Amino acid sequence: MGDLKLHIKNIRKNILKMVANASSGHPGGSLGAADILGVLYFEYMDINEDNAAGVDRDRFVLSKGHASPVLYATLYEKGIFKGDLMTFRQIDSKLQGHPNMNYVDGVDMSTGSLGQGISAAVGMAMANKLSKNDHRVYAMLGDGECAEGQVWEAAMAAAHYKLDNLCVFLDLNGLQIDGNTVDVMDSRPLDKKFEAFNWEVIHIDGHNLDEIRAALDKAKEVKGKPTLIFANTIKGKGVSFMENNYAWHGVAPNKEQLAQALEEVEAM
Amino acid sequence: MGKATREAYGEALAKLIVEDEKIVVLDADLTGSTKTADAKKACPERHFNIGIAECNMTGIAAGFASSGYTVFASTFAMFAAGRAWEQVRNSIAYPNLNVKICGTHAGIAVGEDGVSHQAIEDIAIMRVIPGMEVYSPCDEAETKAVINHVAKTKNPCYVRLGRSKVDDVYSLDEEFDFTKVKVVTKGEKVAIFATGLMVQEAVKAAKALEEEGIKVTVVDVCCIKPIDEKGVLEILKSHDYIITAEEHNVIGGLGSAIAEVSVKSCPKNIKMIGIYDRYAESGPFNELLVKYELDANSIAKEVKELVK
Repeated sequence: MGDLKLHIKNIRKNILKMVANASSGHPGGSLGAADILGVLYFEYMDINEDNAAGVDRDRFVLSKGHASPVLYATLYEKGIFKGDLMTFRQIDSKLQGHPNMNYVDGVDMSTGSLGQGISAAVGMAMANKLSKNDHRVYAMLGDGECAEGQVWEAAMAAAHYKLDNLCVFLDLNGLQIDGNTVDVMDSRPLDKKFEAFNWEVIHIDGHNLDEIRAALDKAKEVKGKPTLIFANTIKGKGVSFMENNYAWHGVAPNKEQLAQALEEVEAM
Repeated sequence: MGKATREAYGEALAKLIVEDEKIVVLDADLTGSTKTADAKKACPERHFNIGIAECNMTGIAAGFASSGYTVFASTFAMFAAGRAWEQVRNSIAYPNLNVKICGTHAGIAVGEDGVSHQAIEDIAIMRVIPGMEVYSPCDEAETKAVINHVAKTKNPCYVRLGRSKVDDVYSLDEEFDFTKVKVVTKGEKVAIFATGLMVQEAVKAAKALEEEGIKVTVVDVCCIKPIDEKGVLEILKSHDYIITAEEHNVIGGLGSAIAEVSVKSCPKNIKMIGIYDRYAESGPFNELLVKYELDANSIAKEVKELVK
């Protein structure tokens, strides 16, 4: 097994342990985003423990801030966050339920209120253009999150300002807290909507590492417009009883469920 | 008649943007009205129009600020504070980002545009956000000083600005210390804490009352948060009758801020002059002030009622 796969496996295990330990949190969407964050942080973003405290580097905004466990676990795996992941959601912890940028180096925006992170990412990309640096801004949106009108305000502005330094993953797992996204609020076709907003849209399997890499490579070549990586993912990826089950959006596994989940992730 | 505070803002910002290359200005399709057009003319590369999308503008402001810029974000107070309130709270104030939200056309002095554009809740809803500083300057000199002041602080700030031309209270070389309330006229027994254009109305009322032998202290409270508790207490302790005057709902604004100081260690009866929890209407600004009992005559009448 390559190092990256091992890192991603560790990220998934820590997501499960953190959420189980806190008896709260969002395991489904976090597990589903682990492959994308693994590729981003270990192969694409120029972020490391030495530069993480500053902004003179690539940045990532987790607009779907409830998936904070995947971000914390990734920063931990990368050696940037050196604290105790098991303090997640506890009193006096830096690991807030939804991320606070001032508590953890490498958390680039405080998010959690859906639709807001994407605007901040647009602002960062505009700032990078103004500063004439080559840093890239990455962000991740949820598909349920796209019901927020602010997402489309941000999408419009990103195209208007020709932000080819902005690359946004749409984590398309088809589920949200109340059920199937098509049942709660059918936002299809999201890819066509972003195309209509003048974005470059790339379709991938969000669990296929080579497809993630190829999309990130292609996004770097796009000029004059932002890129949306339309990533089909499985909510709860890696844990049979969580996969594609919206009931695991915001519920923690108990002790037995955790043991089984860790076993399954180990076998991935 | 002097300038509108939004005009003073535009002039101050046009100067600042040239002096400080870390300043960026955002607007939501109201550059001519908010007067950020002056800054755009002075430095077009650091002025960004976000279109009619105030929530997105607020988020973009957070992105710029997190990248090391000092951001001035402007639209009408109704939309800057109202529509984008939760973005201000979660994307700017909670992460403590260096954004100055400058809301123009505040209060009923918007005039003819009417209720949809008359922000009478903005002081209350900005003041209640932890870490947010709130300023409400009254004239050209004070506005320019406030803008220079907030440009130097690193905290999130809300600056309340008006559409209509107002009389000058101060000369342009006046020195300001925004950590302190400012005594404009010194009287005895009666003190009026006023903010924004109500400072002018209070001063006019004080002049009229002086002719009738009633000497009124007028205190300009430009920085409503953090409020100068010590300065407010000194006034409370040294006067028998306390009045607050604001072009804002009497719930949650300056009157409430003064009352919060008062209840801690110097309980007083406080007469609050402001909008009494209702909507105003379209009309010329001066006529609105009279109808909604915010003008100098109404203030003078209240003072006479109190002291009789």
